[in-house]
Amino acid sequence: MAYVSVKGGERAISNAHAWLDEARRGDTNVPELGVAQIREQLSLAVDRVMMEGSCYDPDLAALAIKQARGDVTEAIFLLRAYRTTLSRFGASEPINTTKMSVARRVSAAFKDIPGGQILGPTFDYTHRLIDFGLSDDKTVPAAPLGDTPVAEHIPAIASVFAHEALLEPAPTDADDGAEPYDLTRQPMAFPAGRDQRLQALARGDEGFLLSLAYASQRGWGNTHPLCGEIRMGEVAVEFTPEELGFPIEVGEITVTECQMISNFEGSAESPPQFTRGYGLTFGHNERKAMSMAIVDRALRHAEVGEAGVHAVQDEEFVLYHSDNVEASGFVQHLKLPHYVDFQAELQFVRRLKKEWEEARANSDTSEFAEAAE
Amino acid sequence: MNAPSNLPANRVYNYAYLDEQTKRMIRRSILKAIAIPGYQVPFGSREMPVPYGWGTGGIQVTASIIGPDDVYKCIDQGADDTTNAVSIRRFFARVADVATTEQTEEATIIQTRHRIPEAPLQEGQIMVYQVPQPEPLRGLEPRETETRAMHAYEEYGLQYLSLYESVAAYGRIAGGAGYPVLVDERYLMSPSPIPKFDNPKLHQSEALHLFGAGREKRIYAVPPHTDVRSLDFEDYPFEIQSWDEVCALCNCDSSYKDEVILDDDGNRMFVCSDSAYCGERRKQGHSGPLAGHALDQLDQPEDAE
Repeated sequence: MAYVSVKGGERAISNAHAWLDEARRGDTNVPELGVAQIREQLSLAVDRVMMEGSCYDPDLAALAIKQARGDVTEAIFLLRAYRTTLSRFGASEPINTTKMSVARRVSAAFKDIPGGQILGPTFDYTHRLIDFGLSDDKTVPAAPLGDTPVAEHIPAIASVFAHEALLEPAPTDADDGAEPYDLTRQPMAFPAGRDQRLQALARGDEGFLLSLAYASQRGWGNTHPLCGEIRMGEVAVEFTPEELGFPIEVGEITVTECQMISNFEGSAESPPQFTRGYGLTFGHNERKAMSMAIVDRALRHAEVGEAGVHAVQDEEFVLYHSDNVEASGFVQHLKLPHYVDFQAELQFVRRLKKEWEEARANSDTSEFAEAAE
Repeated sequence: MNAPSNLPANRVYNYAYLDEQTKRMIRRSILKAIAIPGYQVPFGSREMPVPYGWGTGGIQVTASIIGPDDVYKCIDQGADDTTNAVSIRRFFARVADVATTEQTEEATIIQTRHRIPEAPLQEGQIMVYQVPQPEPLRGLEPRETETRAMHAYEEYGLQYLSLYESVAAYGRIAGGAGYPVLVDERYLMSPSPIPKFDNPKLHQSEALHLFGAGREKRIYAVPPHTDVRSLDFEDYPFEIQSWDEVCALCNCDSSYKDEVILDDDGNRMFVCSDSAYCGERRKQGHSGPLAGHALDQLDQPEDAE
């Protein structure tokens, strides 16, 4: 007897979830992981969960990572399902990244640019050798301070080009008073505007965007990008309460911004100039910001007269499939029982097989009969 | 699953989980869907605490129409005790303080995945379907921009061509579940992956049928007393599945059957997919060839939590 019922789920669910709780805790001889430890020491995972979870709350993201046993996509899902229940009391003023307190800022376009190159806390140029010393607790000395503080405001890369009009101006929003598109309230619609596209990419799965950007670089919709600027640091979030009528600062968030630059040979309407792709993430995540900027620029192919024949240039393909909460849920829903549909398919295939066998038997006998004659 | 209840005294989330503004938005979409039978209304679908593909559309529809006086039934593959149905029923029992039932006749809202109950639906009842892919043409045309235009122009030639190709290849119209229907002779609609066995139950139904697709962010509806026609050809008429076997537990010869593998030697039994219907028949004294099988016990409801 090999039959195991898939029915009778009540007790099975309760027991399975109790087991999950136990598995999450692991060996109880090992001290339990604190949410603050995750927030402070797994901060890049926290950043990613906040970004794709569309909710800037390091404590909540850390808790979600703990609850999800370190499964980042599951943690993103937990955070999304929480944020969607929050009531919304307004929209902040747009953040201004030229007023960022910069912790890191590099440009690959120029050897030096106004404001300078600031490496900041980066994995770049580290040797990826496992540091066995890290397995022991030890005090980390504070990093040395420079002689002069970083300038309060560092001009954006656009200012370098400003005199020559060689870089396309930043697209401005239509002055129609319309609210920006909001995918958390409105379904996907096409053609997608810049606001909708950037929101979808910002919420999109880092791995998906990385692979699309990489495929683009390898010739599947290449935009010949160059990293004009990456900057990471804190920006102020301002909000204008109706009763005050002027913006007040409600807090600071860390963001990573990327401006990718691509050639454009010019058209009847536009002079030859460099075009941009834009990436922005919560926290510190350059891989995501750069991938986002490349994909953003690739999706603008029609604006610059490029033929859109590759996946990365197809907004319906990219935007519909970038959300890992949607993708993960739908792929894994195949675990749910499908025996009603499968019964229908079984019936159909059995019938076809029977007919196939009958037809074969008939043709065998008729051939045999012919041969005998 | 051990979270506290959502009674007013210690309510953490809003009644029925979604906030009132969201519920209003969804109800407006539902009204539009009812006004244009079979048309897919885009709506601002929210993240839900269950994954996409596991019933988020149906749950949002239910959450926006449910009230404390409702009696809620939830089935998956026809059965009340499949794990996902249990999970969703518990969710509403907790967040909406609602009475639950397994009896089709008692329910005011019946949420379902992949089946319509065998017992005839009545006036005032609402069927809520969990829909993985609302677009009936998606398998033929991947682009939403194209399929929306095809619906707008009532351009369904591609669908008929697909049915014809199936006849040419297999000698009959293939497709066992999610068989396309034309609603009120206007909109082509996916009945969700119910077996085509259930399609005729949508035609001129007494009940209201609401379809929610959370991931794809679409709601559509079949109001009561609406024509619903399964596509076919004059010489290849629509037909539903039937079984040579009767239900091994209740002897029913007209219900949709699940096939249950009994051992490694190819022995199998067929039982009603609708567990509540089957249980009711057994209570009335109907008895099939394998009555008393272990599965008989499993269909009995466990103690409510």
